Amino acid sequence: MNQATRSGYADSMDIAWSNPSDVTAALGAVGYLPDARISQVVYLAAALEKPILAEGPAGVGKTALALALAEATGRRLVRLQCYEGLDEAKALYEWDYHKQLLRLQSDEGAAWDDVEGDIFSESFLLTRPLLEAIRSPEPVVLLIDEVDRVELETEALLLEVLDSFQVTIPELGTITATTQPIVVLTSNNTRELSEALKRRCLYLHIPYPSIEREREILTARVPDLSEAMGERIAHTVAAIRGQSLRKPPSVSESIDWARTLLALGIAELDDHATSDTLHVLLKYQADIDAAAKELSLPAAGETPTR
Amino acid sequence: MNSVLTSFVEELREIGIPVSMVETFDAADALVHTDLTERENLRAALGATLVKDANHYHAFDAAFDVYFGGTGTISLLEGAMEDSEDGIDGLRQSVVKALLEDDRATLRRIVGAAVDRFAGMQPGRPVGGRYYTYRVMHQLDADDLLVRLLAALATPYEASDFDEALVRDRVERMIEALRGQVDSEVTARLVADRGAHDVAVSRRLPLLEDIDLMHATRLEIEQIERVVGPLARKLATRLSQRRRHGRKGRLDVRRTIRRSLGHGGVLIDPRFKPPRVAKPEIVILCDVSGSMATFARFTLQLTYAISTELRRVRAFAFIDGLDEVTEYFASGTRFADALVEMSTKADLVRRDGHSDYGTSFAEMVEHHLDAITARTTLIITGDARNNYRPTGVHHLATMTRKARATFWLNPEPERFWDTGDSVLGSYRDSCDRVESVRTLRELERFVERAALPTVSRS
Repeated sequence: MNQATRSGYADSMDIAWSNPSDVTAALGAVGYLPDARISQVVYLAAALEKPILAEGPAGVGKTALALALAEATGRRLVRLQCYEGLDEAKALYEWDYHKQLLRLQSDEGAAWDDVEGDIFSESFLLTRPLLEAIRSPEPVVLLIDEVDRVELETEALLLEVLDSFQVTIPELGTITATTQPIVVLTSNNTRELSEALKRRCLYLHIPYPSIEREREILTARVPDLSEAMGERIAHTVAAIRGQSLRKPPSVSESIDWARTLLALGIAELDDHATSDTLHVLLKYQADIDAAAKELSLPAAGETPTR
Repeated sequence: MNSVLTSFVEELREIGIPVSMVETFDAADALVHTDLTERENLRAALGATLVKDANHYHAFDAAFDVYFGGTGTISLLEGAMEDSEDGIDGLRQSVVKALLEDDRATLRRIVGAAVDRFAGMQPGRPVGGRYYTYRVMHQLDADDLLVRLLAALATPYEASDFDEALVRDRVERMIEALRGQVDSEVTARLVADRGAHDVAVSRRLPLLEDIDLMHATRLEIEQIERVVGPLARKLATRLSQRRRHGRKGRLDVRRTIRRSLGHGGVLIDPRFKPPRVAKPEIVILCDVSGSMATFARFTLQLTYAISTELRRVRAFAFIDGLDEVTEYFASGTRFADALVEMSTKADLVRRDGHSDYGTSFAEMVEHHLDAITARTTLIITGDARNNYRPTGVHHLATMTRKARATFWLNPEPERFWDTGDSVLGSYRDSCDRVESVRTLRELERFVERAALPTVSRS
């Protein structure tokens, strides 16, 4: 088995998964319920030491997967939130110009060679998330969130890190990770990612969960929810997702809905209760109207006839 | 296993899924860590390493089922059990029971038996599997199953319409699951008979981006519509790219000097003015005549998706008259509603309801020329089949002179241009680019190039 792994870090002992079911159990213990696919891919990512690229609609638990992995392995989470305009100085490292200048001014008579060597040393380096993850003495979980938000050109920044978990700083040389991080990239698929990036990752498409899994998620996340209500909510949400809507309800929205119903003390989700609270689930009036029509719901606020 | 993997990768490439050599090696590595007896684990391992695009998974899954769906044998029992109605009734009963209890093992067993009995498969016959699936579903009588399931799930008390809608949704899912099960049993038997490669070829699904938009089926259109959003977003960002490239605007001398005071006047920390934001405007002219129906639906969907990304989008539809349709596709509406709105309210027909580009362009110039400014990207979609009417090319020229850039998207392949009543040639010189866009892939290519600086016309 170990032949296939690239290096076999001595301290990757915190991960003691010997098969995908162990992953399911470990994530389940911290309240994240993976399906068989997620477990298999996470297991492979650890075994092959490859990053995971998680893609799927908003609110299905891509970021939550990384958070849960950190919690389940007891590792620190290093998070790089991507945005348009993210650059090297914000993602990798930056020289601390102000400190360098102070150093130069405080010591004006010194020989140039001494000073030059000095100001480009690690104490003048500001580490940003990627470098931080690589330099960390203990293994971490590195989350690169919404990677589709950076420009295509900026993606290239990530390649060296994802490929061999190292960063090259011209003045210092190459810094290689001493521990193997678990890397999770998430994307909302707002644009196509580059082939080079995808090739380096294990691809994990996370779709909306099945009715069965959604019910389990609801029960896990909203413990006070009765079983019948959980089932009813899961079925209703699945039926609503089947309509063609601008924004189908996400898992986080169905959890919100379950909490709302609980807070309102609604014990039975009949048609009136559903239409009165549909706005928690759907964020566009047109969607609410369409769902109400397709599922034969009465107008909101109408008093029950029974 | 490795030879199966190689031929499976071959098949994926045949379909059009780009699988690199590195990814094939990754898959082989992944298999070392995968429990090969668990089919879904195998599927996840191969999917994660070989297929990196969510839209390719339906084609991948179909091919996977052929290559790794397990094997069956074609049994020649046909007729042997077609004896009693009772037997069939019992079978239906147990299908219903298995579906209600979500008992997959039993369902698989029953479906296997049903396929043996009803599909009438004969070894060596080069028939695609869909016919067999249809035969089995017909014998099991999906409608009857539907009724039985509905009856079984009906609530004892007086149910509201909503309850019924939910139950119906659930039952439809069950029938769909049953159909999938029948299909995979049929596939397994076909593979056993004819080998994975032959079956894969006959059951190959085209990738979404390769489906011809002019002739797509309803189901395909629905799938395509789901991926139009990201594409529209891409087009929107490409068109506003000036804003991203000049991310750092011009040097802000005042602020740079002010900052430098903190370091003894050394200009160490240059400041830049915020870049000037180019707000792209899009005007779309869309031929929605009968010959363009499928494609028009698609371009309207694209328009709709773009208008949720960019504020300044105006859409005009035409047949032999032209009308603005922007308001129907405003954000907040549903696309399906918007289509209905447009077809009932927009005023698009002047004479006979056959395309008339000349009149439509003339109306655009007469009533809506102010919609086009120097910041406007004008996109015209149509086959330029003008029914031998005046082309009105000077009206088009009037529009394109005002616009920043003009693109013409034609769903016909290039060899049909300027044949019959197509007059694309006469419009060509007024446009910056004329492209044949027949599939999503081609549209994507257009979108990618839309960012390139266009030839400036004075």
